[in-house]
Amino acid sequence: MKPFEYSAPKTLKEACGLLGDTWGKTEILAGGTDLVTSLKQRITQPSRVLSLKHLKELHGIRNSRGSLVIGAMTTLGELAAHSDVRRHFPALVTAATGVGSPQLLSVGTVGGDLCQRPRCWYFRNGYGLLAQKDGVSLAREGENRYHAIFAADGPALFVSASSLGPGLIALGAEMVAAGPGGATRSIPATEFFRAPQSENEREIALKPNEILTEINVPLKGLKNGIYEIRHRHGLDWPYVTAAVAFGGKEGSGGARVVLGHVAPMPWSVPAAAKLLNTARPDEATAARCGQVAVEGARPLSQNAYKIQMARTAVKRAVLAAV
Amino acid sequence: MQDEHEHPDVLSVSRRGFLKGFGAGTAATSLLSPLSVREAEAAERGFVGPGAVPVVLTVNGRKQTIQAEPCVTLLDALRNRLDITGPKKVCDRGTCGACTVLVDDKPVYACSMLAIEAEGKHITTVEGLGTPEKLNSVQKAFVEHDAQQCGFCTSGFVTAATAFVRKHPNATIEQIRSGLGGNLCRCGTYAGMLLAVADAASGKGGRA
Repeated sequence: MKPFEYSAPKTLKEACGLLGDTWGKTEILAGGTDLVTSLKQRITQPSRVLSLKHLKELHGIRNSRGSLVIGAMTTLGELAAHSDVRRHFPALVTAATGVGSPQLLSVGTVGGDLCQRPRCWYFRNGYGLLAQKDGVSLAREGENRYHAIFAADGPALFVSASSLGPGLIALGAEMVAAGPGGATRSIPATEFFRAPQSENEREIALKPNEILTEINVPLKGLKNGIYEIRHRHGLDWPYVTAAVAFGGKEGSGGARVVLGHVAPMPWSVPAAAKLLNTARPDEATAARCGQVAVEGARPLSQNAYKIQMARTAVKRAVLAAV
Repeated sequence: MQDEHEHPDVLSVSRRGFLKGFGAGTAATSLLSPLSVREAEAAERGFVGPGAVPVVLTVNGRKQTIQAEPCVTLLDALRNRLDITGPKKVCDRGTCGACTVLVDDKPVYACSMLAIEAEGKHITTVEGLGTPEKLNSVQKAFVEHDAQQCGFCTSGFVTAATAFVRKHPNATIEQIRSGLGGNLCRCGTYAGMLLAVADAASGKGGRA
């Protein structure tokens, strides 16, 4: 990898002061399970790496004002083992343990899961997020079996790699980011992921000089679940996932159906969520919900198989959550 | 597989490091200025590197200081600087598990952690788990169940399995399967390994 300068500041304010306003010059290091490989493969070649390891305020999970607040440096293993997370958010437990490798659960972080770069093989081979060569989309014209089936009319055809993203969106979470001077702002999970329109943009809503600090997940008593469809149960990313949440104390509001690994961002389907305005959806409702969830799908040349998977994943996620 | 020493950038940094050291005792100041100035500026901003810096690692109970660039992984530091070659370099991208070490008793891919990030933590490699005379329960069970073929993945599997057995002393086969989900064996000796870990996790084999 290209040598870089390294810093591990002791305070968040100090850390924020070390970031600039251009992507790629300084990369933020959390658990390193994605970044270190990306550095070796020269997908990113920063001149500086900023480690968050000493920022104690980014670690751990606490209850605060009706929300569970998850520090961005909390490991996936800690998340999956936490008693409050297990009690209230089985969807997040399934998503975290689905990562599949104890070695990744040990050091991989919640923030790192949300900010990890896409797995698109064109991106990983240096063709950028939009996978273009001589103005042609390599993903559209080439090997696209693991690419998007929604939002595929835009230039970005990769799929969001985050395991936790769909569940956090379903649960109505908010991300908190710290910027220059340590000032924080909230970003609704629904707006955290996005499809870049050019190579100068990234696939998340953070600015180059911001650090993801925590994720607030409201405790609304929603039933929730995730179903992942995988090639194998060891370390791998799923083909398709579905996250659902419904049946809160406040009635039918807040039901959500979110698909993962089908679009450049976790893909919310409000029309499917409307079918979940009941505390106990039966199997027919769950199946109908899956059917509605895939109605807008526009597959590429090799990935129409994902439609049936998404349909089934939604049905099974609903039944798992009941 | 690419070894750290074959890497052109690291070589060029070493060369600059050499020139810098050489220059300290000679009149070759003009040669050093750019890097020295850059490193001095970096230090002012709270950064170290990109050249070698002292890194203190505690491996198998022994505290040692090496000189390593911030870009050196824990795996390369162990193998190439400390001559601890139990952790193997196979995929070098956090997938196969052959480089597994324990960091504060948790299994970690040493290829995906920077050495400088492991400062202040207790690192245990397969060398620290047992000796040929005194194997730990997982090592003993691997021998008894013939749980290896070519053996290249074995040290990573033994290390990951040791962490697993310590955490799950009475694991089910299903738990063992997912517990070893971070390691790959291309010879496919999974059946033997499952039996070995089941044995070690049944408490019969002594302490892991």
